[in-house]
Amino acid sequence: MLRYIAKRLLNMIPMLILISIISFIIIQLPPGSYLHTMMAELRAAGDQISMDQIEALRIHYSLDQPVHIQYLNWVKGIITEGNFGFSFEWNRPVKHLIWERLALSLVVSVSSLLVSWIVAFPIAILSALKKHTFLDYFLTFVGFLGLSTPNFMLALILMYISSVFFGFSVGGLFSPEYLMAPWSAAKVVDLLKHLWVPMVVIGTSGTAGLIRVLRNNLLDELGKPYVVAARSKGIGIARLTFKYPVRIALIPFISTVGWQLPQMISGEAVTATVLSLPTAAPLLLGALRSQDMYLAGSFLLLLSSLTMIGTLISDILLVLVDPRIRYE
Amino acid sequence: MKKMAPDSILDVRDLTVKFFLDEGTVHAVNGVSFSVPAGRSVGIVGESGCGKTVSAYSITRLLPKTARISGEILFRERGGDITNITELEPDGGDMRRIRGKEISMIFQEPMSSLSPVHKISNQLSEAIIQFQGLTKRQARARVIELLQLVGIPQAERRVDDYPFQLSGGMRQRAMIAMALARNPRVLIADEPTTALDVTLQAQVLNLIRDMQDEFKLSLILITHDLGVVAHMVDYVSIMYLGMVVESGPVIEIFDNPKHPYTRGLMHSIPKLRGRRGERVEPIPGFVPSAYALQEGCPFCERCPMREERCTKGIPQRVQVGSEHYVCCHVYQPGEGEPDVVNA
Repeated sequence: MLRYIAKRLLNMIPMLILISIISFIIIQLPPGSYLHTMMAELRAAGDQISMDQIEALRIHYSLDQPVHIQYLNWVKGIITEGNFGFSFEWNRPVKHLIWERLALSLVVSVSSLLVSWIVAFPIAILSALKKHTFLDYFLTFVGFLGLSTPNFMLALILMYISSVFFGFSVGGLFSPEYLMAPWSAAKVVDLLKHLWVPMVVIGTSGTAGLIRVLRNNLLDELGKPYVVAARSKGIGIARLTFKYPVRIALIPFISTVGWQLPQMISGEAVTATVLSLPTAAPLLLGALRSQDMYLAGSFLLLLSSLTMIGTLISDILLVLVDPRIRYE
Repeated sequence: MKKMAPDSILDVRDLTVKFFLDEGTVHAVNGVSFSVPAGRSVGIVGESGCGKTVSAYSITRLLPKTARISGEILFRERGGDITNITELEPDGGDMRRIRGKEISMIFQEPMSSLSPVHKISNQLSEAIIQFQGLTKRQARARVIELLQLVGIPQAERRVDDYPFQLSGGMRQRAMIAMALARNPRVLIADEPTTALDVTLQAQVLNLIRDMQDEFKLSLILITHDLGVVAHMVDYVSIMYLGMVVESGPVIEIFDNPKHPYTRGLMHSIPKLRGRRGERVEPIPGFVPSAYALQEGCPFCERCPMREERCTKGIPQRVQVGSEHYVCCHVYQPGEGEPDVVNA
């Protein structure tokens, strides 16, 4: 097992190199560069900008050099000093921008994932055990209602409720007084007060799908001979249901949790934009639109790394929850 | 209180099981009766779909919810009281107590009848802990003892294996140990060797017989294999399309089969010492659908001895020898003793 993990980690190195190249190519793909965006903005604002100034900026941002030199410099910075380059738009080093955002994204994602599990699992189990009854159909209906409600809609409704009925500030993850404050217990409490809205919005969006998949997994398992054999031992229905079929039906969920995380980080973009959450997705979206190449590239690189790490975690979890799987 | 024959532990009387499905009603078992004398073994033989497994599952009430069950299944408790199993809730406390302490089952597929993700120790000790009040450690010791008893080598190590780590024969042995763990008085084996290699079948059957002696079990063996029956049981009931067509002591049935279906079954066994070129004679035709009950004898369409009266009325049970009964129009009550079973 340890050997397997070590091997997987070593395999990641060439993969990461490849991903960094692809990330860099992708952010170079759209015509123009950040300078073009900047010039367009300045012109729109009525400012005149001379060719000399542009040239100076090009040199300042190293945009005059060939692409592969730019790439090598970027990678060298990351490896040697953890420097992910400079964000043109924010006029700050990328590393100062991304870590807190990624961390908050992780908090939002993990908590949403938990919400969707907590909501979906009991409903799915109930639905499967009471298959083809009114309860089953009713829960299915509610689930589809959740699936078909657009996230932004639910986000706006919950924002309204949270500000009108609970008096919290609208949007974001923090009240204004804590926005710039250093981390403290009070700031965490404030975060928790704001977290429930994105948790519910993002969490419910995946719930209906989870319910259907788990319900059907469980229905498959409930008909298996080992369930009848367990009943023949005289074990109570509730106890054996949770011990055997539910346990087995949950395996796919536990084993895929790793690669759901990166997916949720990039998947919450719409919700995060509507709720103006200081998470990764809106920042990435902005960076891509303004061709803020180092910021966008770094995000792509980090999300890809997260995906790889997540997949590894998934594979390790799979071994832990399903003894039939062994890596040699 | 219901009356049972004094020596029997389980009496099945006029058992009828219907499945109400979207496609229609399946008449799986139509008035089956047999009894299991305490400490003896009874074989139920028939081809696929004849209702033998459904009859067995009725005894432990493990049928799916679409099944409707009627008739009586009388079980003699340890104290002598008689419980009618058909009147119990399928998963209620009384039924679970009977499953957990009195009537155990061995299933056809040892692989799929054991949970793939739980250790042998866990699955075998579960019922012991619940019904015998043993601690985990005591239960584990008991499980190892049982595994040794059923002939699993290195039981101390094997107890921590998962089912997929055992071979097919070992798995079936583990399942037998699981059934015995509850110290039952009745063991129902539902085609216990069907999923096994021929070389293992005899081993597993011998094991079941040894265990029957060891635990003083009453055995119900369900099989489609007449050879297995001859080897294993004292009494046999031949089933066809949800009915017992012939029943009696195993030697009597083999020496003197009365029902044309039983005779057909005997003829369709390949003989090891048969003449070269001699063909096995299959029973002509197909088993009719269980969706619609027939008016006459269920076997009459395929029967070589068919007469006019066979298409009218279901044949009554007729005694044709000591403990030997047959349901066939050819044998009229006058020719043997009238039906006085159910005593």
